[in-house]
Amino acid sequence: MSNKDAHWLKTRNHMFVTLVLWFFFSIVIFMFGSELNTLSFLGYPLAYYMTAQGSLLAFVIILFWCTGKQEDIDEEFGYAEREGD
Amino acid sequence: MFKGGFIQNLPKIYGLYTGGFAVFILLMAVAESAGVSAKNIGVMFVVFTVGIYAFIGYLSRTVQVDAYYVAGRQVPTVFNGMATAADWMSGASFVALAGGVYFGGYTYMAFLVGWTGGYVLVATLLAPYLRKFGCYTVPDFIGTRYGGNLVRACSVFVLFIASFTYVTAQINATGTIASRALGIPFELGVWIGLISILICSMLGGMRAVTWTQVAQYIVLIVAYLLPVFWISSKVGGGVFPHLMLGDEVARLGELEQQFGLVKNSAADMKAAGVPGGLKYISGPHSAVPEGGMAVWKYLSLAICMMVGTASLPHILMRYFTTPSVKSARRSVAWSLFFIFLLYSSAPMLATLSKLSLMDPNLATGIIGKSIADVQAIEWVQRWSEVKQVFIADFNGDGILQLNEFFMRGDVVVLATPEVAGLPFVISGLVFAGGMAAAMSTADGLVLAISNALSHDIYYKIIDPKADTAKRLIVARVLLVIIGAAGAYIASFRLTSILGSVAWAFDFAMSGLFFPLVLGVWWKRATREGAIAGILAGISSGLVYLLYVYPKFSVAIWGVAHDPWLGIDHLRFGMIGAPICLVTMVVVSLMTKEPDAATQKMVDDCRIPSGKAVLGKQH
Repeated sequence: MSNKDAHWLKTRNHMFVTLVLWFFFSIVIFMFGSELNTLSFLGYPLAYYMTAQGSLLAFVIILFWCTGKQEDIDEEFGYAEREGD
Repeated sequence: MFKGGFIQNLPKIYGLYTGGFAVFILLMAVAESAGVSAKNIGVMFVVFTVGIYAFIGYLSRTVQVDAYYVAGRQVPTVFNGMATAADWMSGASFVALAGGVYFGGYTYMAFLVGWTGGYVLVATLLAPYLRKFGCYTVPDFIGTRYGGNLVRACSVFVLFIASFTYVTAQINATGTIASRALGIPFELGVWIGLISILICSMLGGMRAVTWTQVAQYIVLIVAYLLPVFWISSKVGGGVFPHLMLGDEVARLGELEQQFGLVKNSAADMKAAGVPGGLKYISGPHSAVPEGGMAVWKYLSLAICMMVGTASLPHILMRYFTTPSVKSARRSVAWSLFFIFLLYSSAPMLATLSKLSLMDPNLATGIIGKSIADVQAIEWVQRWSEVKQVFIADFNGDGILQLNEFFMRGDVVVLATPEVAGLPFVISGLVFAGGMAAAMSTADGLVLAISNALSHDIYYKIIDPKADTAKRLIVARVLLVIIGAAGAYIASFRLTSILGSVAWAFDFAMSGLFFPLVLGVWWKRATREGAIAGILAGISSGLVYLLYVYPKFSVAIWGVAHDPWLGIDHLRFGMIGAPICLVTMVVVSLMTKEPDAATQKMVDDCRIPSGKAVLGKQH
């Protein structure tokens, strides 16, 4: 497998992992909204907390993690951009 | 003081700007205590901030094609994040979001998840690859990747429908805020709003829009957060409301039980003469509605908003302006962070505002009090005069019940500072923030439309030999025409006919999401597949919208139809996007594989390093 293909394979897998996390926080949690609301976090009902703040925060964290990891992948295969590109 | 170029000095420049804005707020506070009227303070806030944006727009004028279309691709990561956040958060986000949460509770907050979660899709599936491609506009990517004028024209068509639906609402919001703050008629407000928008974008295109959007972000976030924190500590919600309102949310649940959530009949509301657009609390604040249908409605709305976010051209094109692929990706994360600051505060504002009106133990509480007393309150009188607040005594007991108090959603943001007894300088600041939010989004949208028309239709299809000067003149003329058309429609208040902002997301999702994503992620996607997918997606979405939206279906079929599987007019992308995907895949597989040059182009855009696929000037 060429360097290019190996880079893309790893990039693609990273994309899938990111999207699984995204799917969990945007969809899966809210499939169980009424069950989760019986639990509480910081005094808020949990499903309310997630839709008002928690999932939003999770997306921010996922994105910073995801960009950092993708930069490592690009570096590993020698595809990171250099100054003046 | 300023060594080096403009870009190196950005943190200093915007630091000074923020400091200057803080000084201005303090000056206004001094003016207020010296007896300057509330109205004049509102005028000064709007005139001062809009004047600064216009000045930035003038300083950013340019005669370079790449500066006009993509800000010379030198916008640093974090600043692009701020600009995108301003581009993203519309007048509706600023003035209506908290009101939506106030009346809609948990169910409405699917919008919050949808309007933030979409950025994960932008960062993983699109932004870095489109940046590497080096296109000027979104249709520029589709036209080059799939090859040919037809597919380019189809994508411009979808862009036009989606963005134009959105832009009239923004110009409308600009006009509303300008008219309230300046005390002028709405129609005049719309045209003043349009002129302000054009001054910010016409001379410098994307470059001017970028630097004004950064300035607008700073104003709008200060204007949103300052009142939220202030109100919270004033009404005893704690100094950091985001983490400390658990008890208040629980208390709202108790009060809902105590007062009862009653639904008014349409006939009662009509008989009482409740003005259009005003709402009352009829659903729970934090409780999750029971049943599979409720879950599906929540999820389908969130999906439409997320996928729509990842297809809206005025957002995607912001990531064409960064210096590198890496910074494009990073700036998506920063955008979301800056958006998060406002969106996570909206539910807190809604909670505080609802509690201060509902709790009879608080001095500000009005529910459960005598109607005569409530009608004597100054803010109730002021907002009743402009038909933003309405009281109806349905049961005739002289006591204000929860279902008898009507209010427009916008009032939550615009009046809460006043209700909580904050000085008027804060209300003036809120006007300036709303104006900044509406203007920045309108700027981005008008530019997205006129750039697609001037670059993709005029330059790429009609006159490929046009020189730089001519291209930029055409771009500017189109900018004025699009803006004027939007303002013209807005001034007739036809926006209610054009429908909801959510439609823009559904249109973009139906026609653009899969052609964009598959263009990067599936080499086998062909030109014919893309054309068929775009046309099938947008037309099926449009037909379903006509079918399901009562105003349209009554006009066409004479009857209103029930939504199919709960997919109403806010969610018609759930029909368009899957049809687009299936059509695109089937037609692609039936047609000849793309040639080697196209496949190489896709390979190149997947690797961050190396030259952009399209040249610097194209």
